[in-house]
Amino acid sequence: MKPEDILRIAREESEKWRAYKYRINICCSSGCLPFGALNLLKAFENAVKEFGVEGECKVARTGCPGTCSIGPVVLVEPGGYIYQNVTPEKAKEIVKSHIVAGIPAKEYLYANEAFFKKQFRLVLRNAGKIDPMRIEDYIAAGGYQALIKCLTKMTPKEVIDEVIVSGLRGRGGAGFPTGQKWSFVAREKNTPKYVVANLDEGDPGVFANRTLAEADPHSIIEGMIISAYAVGAEQGYIYVRAEYPLAVNTLREALKQAKAMNLIGGNILESGFNFNIELRLGAGAFIAGEETGILASIEGRRATPRPRPPYPAVSGLWGKPTLINNVETLANVPQIILNGGDWFAKIGTPKCAGTKCFSLTGKVRNPGLIEVPMGITLREVIFEIGGGVPGGRKFKAVLVGGPSGGCLPESMLDLPIDYESLTKAGAIMGSGGIVVIDDTACMVDTAWFFTDFCVDESCGKCVPCRVGLLKIRNILERIMRGEGKMDDISLLEELGVYVRDASLCGLGQTAPNPTLTTLRYFRDEYVAHIAEKRCPAGKCFKKEAPLEVRL
Amino acid sequence: MSKEDRRLLILEREMKARMYQKSALLEILHLAHELYGYFDKELLNYISERLNLPPSHVYGVASFYHLFKLKKPGEHVVSACMGTACYVSGVEEIISAIEREFNIKRGGSTPDGKLSLFITRCIGACAMAPNVTVDNEVIGKATKEIVLKRIKDIIGG
Repeated sequence: MKPEDILRIAREESEKWRAYKYRINICCSSGCLPFGALNLLKAFENAVKEFGVEGECKVARTGCPGTCSIGPVVLVEPGGYIYQNVTPEKAKEIVKSHIVAGIPAKEYLYANEAFFKKQFRLVLRNAGKIDPMRIEDYIAAGGYQALIKCLTKMTPKEVIDEVIVSGLRGRGGAGFPTGQKWSFVAREKNTPKYVVANLDEGDPGVFANRTLAEADPHSIIEGMIISAYAVGAEQGYIYVRAEYPLAVNTLREALKQAKAMNLIGGNILESGFNFNIELRLGAGAFIAGEETGILASIEGRRATPRPRPPYPAVSGLWGKPTLINNVETLANVPQIILNGGDWFAKIGTPKCAGTKCFSLTGKVRNPGLIEVPMGITLREVIFEIGGGVPGGRKFKAVLVGGPSGGCLPESMLDLPIDYESLTKAGAIMGSGGIVVIDDTACMVDTAWFFTDFCVDESCGKCVPCRVGLLKIRNILERIMRGEGKMDDISLLEELGVYVRDASLCGLGQTAPNPTLTTLRYFRDEYVAHIAEKRCPAGKCFKKEAPLEVRL
Repeated sequence: MSKEDRRLLILEREMKARMYQKSALLEILHLAHELYGYFDKELLNYISERLNLPPSHVYGVASFYHLFKLKKPGEHVVSACMGTACYVSGVEEIISAIEREFNIKRGGSTPDGKLSLFITRCIGACAMAPNVTVDNEVIGKATKEIVLKRIKDIIGG
């Protein structure tokens, strides 16, 4: 295959797209699949045939448009009409009204403009619109053109410079400038070099990377090939959680198709550049998402992190220079190459360019997957996109950044979302989880839940994390049983700081965040538990003996 | 485990295809787990022998990752999702109800081996929380009444 062949496929496919007047996209990602999406696909195909409109209406299996709470979801294009809670019975009516008569079936529509209004879909631009199992769909949507541009018109150095100009920072949580990371690996002389795409999204309640892989796997693969070209790597690994069977299958199929088109493999598009990608499955270890943990896991060992330096850029997989990027970071890259770094740098804030995907869950009216420009406030995300707290309850706190993030109160809601502001407030960007907590939740219990998760997931290598977190959890349990002492509060704070400062890796360094932030912003609840033996939310003092067996 | 076991042949073929590389351990464990559903000592020892790795290393890796089961699961499996969204939506109450009703502990099985109760990590249907999976069927927006009834139905039938 040559670059021209890809461009020809793009033209032909676009023509095919245009031949259809309507396109019915059925979300078949993990959110909708358990609730009968596949039956729905059949129902729509049958309905389209029954009404004899299969010539003008394409029924496609796609990824997730983001509105997970109203599944199964169906998106009808053009116009972006979203139908909610669709059943096979409704399918027939929708086809009859929308496709045959041309009038959208109003009663089944998801009328919620607010959910999309403040979003900016860059990484998720194709999510819910293309069939992830067809590489042709991705190519028709402009896919692999960035790769062609890199291979035919740009040197590796120019690619890296473009990424540096864009100001793209790692979306895995730490926010390290991506271009800089690439240049570190590129300047190493030691070969072979490796690239690793991190899709070990272990946080409970976070599903952004999974949705991306299920909806648009080629955007990850294309970004990865470009990164390999930039740093001079010939072998890549996508490390994906085995708990994401659909994402695994989608990626597997996507890799097969990319290989068949010579987009990966030897002499890619006759450019002389060789690059292979292998899929590696995780096995349910949160710590395997850590930079050095992931390397150990790919090498077939326990995923325990190791001290740095040497950084993976110098000595990574099998002691060779290795570039590790989160898949969301990689999915940004093709857009940066196509539109230029300057264009990307204008999105978001000056220090934090671009967008971020968030899994918005918990006590919020419109949970789902969103993508927003950096710098948007938490209030906008929760109350405008999310629609606020349902059931007449009151907003109490929001947990940002997964189990090792921080619980922020109402007073912090005007905080802009960027790496620095969140860290200053005691939370982290993390993997992009936003969990809204209403006034029925007890903050001590919330801190306990996340600490318990981290205790369970601690790899046990370093003492502060292994022992310190256990102590924190035990003290929290003591408080929840009504046996807390006033000194426990200062003890927790002291311990939290020790664990944060002395732990080897990111897990231990951030795991005390939920405890520390709840102590900082919801201290009165701790005091009520200890001094008055009262749980303001009425949750505690009911728990039986400590829950010993977890997972 | 007999040597004629077909599953063993599949496993052997995969190890051969990977040239018995030690770094393929996790891949081999994945396949073995898929074939057998859990690891017993014999199986782990076999893998350690074939890949020329110390048994302690193989056991260490197998026990490190949560996905791998080291005990035989029950005939029917209930897994409650303990993701953040499910937790704040009250999955704990459902789990406790199952524990009481069937005299079972999370992570364990009933003495007759009929039912196992597992806690899983986020299954990703957060917007439908709380989620409980009963023999591969996901029950979204679950309540304890619905889940208990479903379990009774499958055990009874």
